[in-house]
Amino acid sequence: MKYSKENIGDEIPGREYTPNIAQSMLYNASLWNAHRIHFDYEYATREEGHEGLIVPGPLIGDWLHQCIQEWLGDSGRIYSISYSNRLASTIGETLTSGGVITGVDDTGNTAEVEVFVKNAKGEIVAPGSGVVKF
Amino acid sequence: MSSLLTPEIMAFVGNKTKPQRELVTRRDIRKYAVATSNRQKKYLNGDEAPPMFHWHLFWDVVELDHLSNDGVNIDSLLPNLPLFKAMAGGVDFEYLKPIFPGDWLTAIRTLTNIYEKKGRSGDLIFYEVLMEITNDKGDLVIRDRRTTLMR
Repeated sequence: MKYSKENIGDEIPGREYTPNIAQSMLYNASLWNAHRIHFDYEYATREEGHEGLIVPGPLIGDWLHQCIQEWLGDSGRIYSISYSNRLASTIGETLTSGGVITGVDDTGNTAEVEVFVKNAKGEIVAPGSGVVKF
Repeated sequence: MSSLLTPEIMAFVGNKTKPQRELVTRRDIRKYAVATSNRQKKYLNGDEAPPMFHWHLFWDVVELDHLSNDGVNIDSLLPNLPLFKAMAGGVDFEYLKPIFPGDWLTAIRTLTNIYEKKGRSGDLIFYEVLMEITNDKGDLVIRDRRTTLMR
């Protein structure tokens, strides 16, 4: 894989995720995260006013990383990434990742990318940007 | 405007945790990769840790009676704050070296900032924590900066 400034604007392929409660449980257990908004429906909706069980924010952050890392395969690494969780998503929603190349340095060894996870309404729930090294 | 952030609260900025040293195992990598729907073989097989695996490795293993009613524990770096409900804010990671099973990694976390803002639905307190992860040779492996907001 060789990139140049001509690749600026190229899309980075994404994928769909439809997290269910089993995945959320396994993910939170692997972290040791007991926040009730992820597994206690009564608590999430009545106490915190959410529309359902909340997809863990860092799981969505992981999907931003996956978007970049699947595109890179074994030919590059994520050097840095910033993202924020802007909107909550509920278990059962289908979320879609994707991205775009926003910069390539003169040597072609480093590129800048923007990535996102969107919900079914097309709203960006987590925007991110990163630097990759080939 | 009266400040929620007293000098006593601000004195906690600069607080550091003790070093936390943890072993990376193939099984933990595999569990993390499966739970995140990762599709790449090297991660699913546990040959290498995917990015963000360090959140699994260094999340505080809190005892059950230290969890509050919402299932969350208050970060040990923080003073008592007048707002309690935590929400994920932004993060900024630098990945300097890959992580493999068998690696021993050490994290030190530092409370680097506390500040307040007026939100649409009231006051918000933000705090920033820097986590630096090194290997046993002393090389920096990951630099992780996080902002959390309290409402």
